[in-house]
Amino acid sequence: MSVTPSEAPEFPLPRTCPLDPPELYKSVRASGGRHLVKMWDGKPSWIFTRYDDVRAILGDNRFTTVPGTPGYPMLSAAREAVLQLPPAFIRMDPPDHTRLRRMFTREFMVKRIEAMRPKIARLIDDLYDKLAAKGQTVDLLSEFTLPMTSTVIAELLGIPPADREFFQEQSQRKLMLDVSPDVPREASAKLLGYCEAVIREKERDPEAHDDLLGRLIIEQIRPGHMTREEAVIHADLLTLAGHETTANQIALGTLNFLQNPDQKQKLVDDPSLLKGAIEEILRYNSIVQFNGARVALEDVDVNGQIVRKGEAVFALILAANRDPEIFDDPDRFDITRKADNHVAFSYGVHQCLGQPLARLEMELVFSTIFTRFPDLRLAVPAEQIRFNEHHMVYGVKELPVDL
Amino acid sequence: MNLVVDQSVCIGAGLCVLSCAEIFDQRESDGIVTLLRAQVPDELSDSVIGAVRRCPSGAIRIEQPEAVSK
Repeated sequence: MSVTPSEAPEFPLPRTCPLDPPELYKSVRASGGRHLVKMWDGKPSWIFTRYDDVRAILGDNRFTTVPGTPGYPMLSAAREAVLQLPPAFIRMDPPDHTRLRRMFTREFMVKRIEAMRPKIARLIDDLYDKLAAKGQTVDLLSEFTLPMTSTVIAELLGIPPADREFFQEQSQRKLMLDVSPDVPREASAKLLGYCEAVIREKERDPEAHDDLLGRLIIEQIRPGHMTREEAVIHADLLTLAGHETTANQIALGTLNFLQNPDQKQKLVDDPSLLKGAIEEILRYNSIVQFNGARVALEDVDVNGQIVRKGEAVFALILAANRDPEIFDDPDRFDITRKADNHVAFSYGVHQCLGQPLARLEMELVFSTIFTRFPDLRLAVPAEQIRFNEHHMVYGVKELPVDL
Repeated sequence: MNLVVDQSVCIGAGLCVLSCAEIFDQRESDGIVTLLRAQVPDELSDSVIGAVRRCPSGAIRIEQPEAVSK
């Protein structure tokens, strides 16, 4: 498919149905799998839509995530402003990435996160009680999923949960795409300032803080393996990524179940379907809608299509998760299918650090919400639900429900 | 089936543990993969193959033994 840069469609592409990826991905996937697009500043990039190609690119360290690389595809002026700031490991390549990420992997290993189960379960129950006590329409996003995920990440990191509305709002603003660059710049400055204050406070007596940041100070900052500035940047990343993502995933997944009552009933009738249902929600409603952005460091053959050194690509996890070569009837939401090979958490060395926590939170919600609230239903017509189309993390703007 | 893991490549995602907790574990210090057993009994081969596929960094390799030993 030969398209000149001036004919190339502008990326991001619009969605037609809010619970499906942009329509164009289908035809691109069916004809070669890659297409040229134009970024907001006119610069070109490839998009890749086939599962095999997306996995190949994300698993290949000849593609860099470093935003300073010439040709790196910028989604908007606002996004560019954020990416000019000093990066966390998410936007570094090995070996820098490896060194820094390993300072956090212990905290997110499966058994450590699993140990949080009873505490998170209690938190969810308390939030359910608060919702029930309201006796009126509630917004499941701002009154349930966001408070839940932000409280959990705050406690894990050692940030005061009372500050969650502050860091929730600033994180939201940092991820907006269709705003002036000042918006995410200011939000980021506020978040970094806040994280620095939290860390400096803990540095006075880190042994007194039995939390991730306390341990980070003792094991990494003090011995000089990590600078305070690096720690601040990473505290910011974990705070944001630890709540904004999962809150939106759970809200979107809930909406999806409400739109598919037969699937909801299947889950209620057979709780053994839970783990598979979680993977299907991740596959079907992937929230990280514009990743993964990369630049080729050298010529790379991606399953027969050459990407030249210096060219930009988006290995689209959203598109890969609806590939009919991998997932039968991919646009059908089916919690009984095998979906655990999705790439919702991405693939390769940058695959989501927090995925055990995300899965645990999703399991605890989806195993309880429909039995605690059997009459849970949308309080507005589905067509009135608004979505975050111009945001790094997709989701609903609010989810008004009656219990 | 015999397994080999490359700890320098592992990113500690733990998907192998989710696929087959009888074979894979994560070490306490940094969550990097360790093998509970290198030789996989037949009844676990499917879940181990699943783990190999799911591993995001390609840290797990299946080695076919040249001769079957009892």
